[in-house]
Amino acid sequence: MANNKMLVGFFVASESIFFVMLILAYVNFHNSVTDGPTAFNSLDPVRTGIFSLFLLASSFSMWLAGRSLATKNHLMLKIWILVTIVLGAIFIYGQASEWFGLIDQNITISRNVFGTTFFTLTGFHGFHVIVGLIMLSILLGLALFGDFKGPKSDGVECVSIYWHFVDGVWIVVYSVIYLWAFL
Amino acid sequence: MSSRIPIVPENIKPLPLLKENEGMLSWVASVDHKQIGIMYLLASMVFFVIGGIEALVIRIQLAQPEFGFISPEVYNQMFTMHGTTMIFFVVMPFLIGVGVYLVPLMIGARDMAFPRLNALSFWLVIFGGILLYYSFFTQSGASEVGWFAYAPLSEKPFSLNKGPTYWVLGLLAVGISSVASGLNNIVTILTMRIKGMTIRRLPLFVWMILVTSFLLVFVIPVIASAFSMMLLDRLLGATFFTPAHGGSAILWQHFFWGFGHPEVYILILPAFGIISEVIPVFSRKPIFGYEFVAGSTVAIGLLSVGVWAHHMFAVGLGNVANLYFSLASMLIAIPTGVKVLNWVATMWGGKIYFATPMLFAVAFIIEFVMGGLTGVAIASAPIDWVVTDSYFIVAHFHYVLYGGSLFAIFAGVYYWFPKFTGRMMSETLGKWHFWLTIVGFNMTFFIQHFLGVMGMPRRTYTYQDFPYWGSMNLVSTIGALILALSILVFIWNIFVSLRSGKEAGNNPWHAWTLEWATSSPPAVHNFDLVPPVRGRRPLWDLEHPDTPDEPNAKVV
Ligand code: HEM
Ligand SMILES: [Cu+2]
Repeated sequence: MANNKMLVGFFVASESIFFVMLILAYVNFHNSVTDGPTAFNSLDPVRTGIFSLFLLASSFSMWLAGRSLATKNHLMLKIWILVTIVLGAIFIYGQASEWFGLIDQNITISRNVFGTTFFTLTGFHGFHVIVGLIMLSILLGLALFGDFKGPKSDGVECVSIYWHFVDGVWIVVYSVIYLWAFL
Repeated sequence: MSSRIPIVPENIKPLPLLKENEGMLSWVASVDHKQIGIMYLLASMVFFVIGGIEALVIRIQLAQPEFGFISPEVYNQMFTMHGTTMIFFVVMPFLIGVGVYLVPLMIGARDMAFPRLNALSFWLVIFGGILLYYSFFTQSGASEVGWFAYAPLSEKPFSLNKGPTYWVLGLLAVGISSVASGLNNIVTILTMRIKGMTIRRLPLFVWMILVTSFLLVFVIPVIASAFSMMLLDRLLGATFFTPAHGGSAILWQHFFWGFGHPEVYILILPAFGIISEVIPVFSRKPIFGYEFVAGSTVAIGLLSVGVWAHHMFAVGLGNVANLYFSLASMLIAIPTGVKVLNWVATMWGGKIYFATPMLFAVAFIIEFVMGGLTGVAIASAPIDWVVTDSYFIVAHFHYVLYGGSLFAIFAGVYYWFPKFTGRMMSETLGKWHFWLTIVGFNMTFFIQHFLGVMGMPRRTYTYQDFPYWGSMNLVSTIGALILALSILVFIWNIFVSLRSGKEAGNNPWHAWTLEWATSSPPAVHNFDLVPPVRGRRPLWDLEHPDTPDEPNAKVV
């Protein structure tokens, strides 16, 4: 059945519009902060960049999980899903610690438009990552119970589409927030 | 009739545990698209009555100058809730619901692609409606900031009550529901068509639902995003739309209308679909220019996302922007006009049979063209500057929404009621309903064009006793009461016909699309046998084997 994948494909397309709007809001206010925190004076592109690499790597491991399923290598399927979860969790840890650092300096969502747009955009992205992690954990559980016989599984492929999407969004978000401010 | 349907292999596809008859439980637990469709229709009827009462309260307050029927605060709550209810809880659920009921039947499928998701969509609408209406019971009541919720009025500190918060939450629920229905429709239409039902043979109603679904999937997230920002503003003190803290109120207008204008096409395209089904059947001719009807819809869908700022001419976006948005908006009139021509050409030289569905369909064309003409007029920025935020605008959008969407909805109910229930609706009551609607509707809204040009602002609690204003408003209010009466007749008709309407049989209108090939109401599994699809009018081909629509079509 192509139905499930088609559903997720269109869903992801719909979600991208949601993120486009959040990004537009960020871009709209990019130059309008005259005093107080901005991306340039309060973010650390290198540190977040490193954590971003973990998320990028997780897309790769998810792809490997799909490959393992295609070759009916069930052990590697479980391992790669687990690796994906760990990499994603490291990214979320990075984001959480970045947020707490900012909040400690009293940079919050209500501080100014930078805070507003920054926390909203990264927050919605982080929320999507967490949802992805939950779905991946369910996949892992099902895999441990031997649910996926291979070589194909809509469940694995749908979660994988979603996960790549969340990754892709982050590349854009990182570029818009971090690279734009520092390059 | 059904005995002459040739045998084609059954397209068996088991549904998720659906028993023939689950009794009362089915009203809660069913995932059958027909039952859910009916539930959508019932829910939208209930909301229609609620929204209608709100409208009557508004009209009574405006019946005479300086009247004090209700307080200004309640007045603001009334017009906010009226607009919100009619758009999100009446027209949208009705059109989505009738789509959910008919699309699988029309394409020869057993159900939607995702029956459970379908049920989720429905229940989210109910959930959203409860959230919205719960706000009446909070301190200082429902939202008072209009269905467009302009910032910064909708923000703290200008709206400290909880009304707008519940409003946003309710609409977010409806938004998620709409995206889910859109996704479900798209996958259903793209993947579940029976053999022979090519894209170029889809009933036009299905075409319109398809284009509408794309709009839902790609446009609702625009407002979901903006709603989330508004919610963060209100709950966590974010500053997206509060100029006092560096935010931008104009940004809200862009976001809102970026959704808002495509939304009006979400409200009208399925209505076009209903009209495109009814007119050919009651003119006894195939639709004129099928490709043009379908193609112009796609054009409308694409254009509709690029014209939003015609709602913002008063903002002062500059001449270049105004010029662009004026021209682009006028451009939409072309594909819309193409459709009107198609409908008229279909009737031309046909054997027209004026049953109630056809009466409403023909009236739809006339009233909708009226609203379209005022639309093209106000698409011109200088004209809009004169009449914006006046009753002229109220007249414009009621002609397209009541005279358009609702007339089509009535046409659709009279047309498909026999299929939904197995019984005909009373023609006598139907004619009463129709003529009362025509009189009431035009009496209520036509005169508002003049009130608007004379300078009466919209969303106004009351007005001074200027010459003629009182009497003209009274005319409008009396019209509204007649409209209310027409609705009572309509509801009465539904009740009476349900109990004692004439037996309908499978195909009382001698229509040609697949939903008429099965029993009325259809069995849970929709079809025993689906007639072969070798053209756009399978039931015509079946009855006239010698003169099929597509003589050279291959037999499947
Ligand atoms: C020929 C196509 C149309 C054109 C060019 C057009 C143009 C416009 C313009 C310029 C306005 C803004 C007026 C103002 O606020 O000053 C407007 C308002 C509106 N139109 Fe249309 N329109 C068209 C068709 C429709 C249709 C088909 C619908 C719905 C089914 C619709 C529903 C509305 C609504 C609800 C408003 C008022 C929104 C508000 O301010 O609350 N229009 N239209
Ligand atoms: Cu518009």
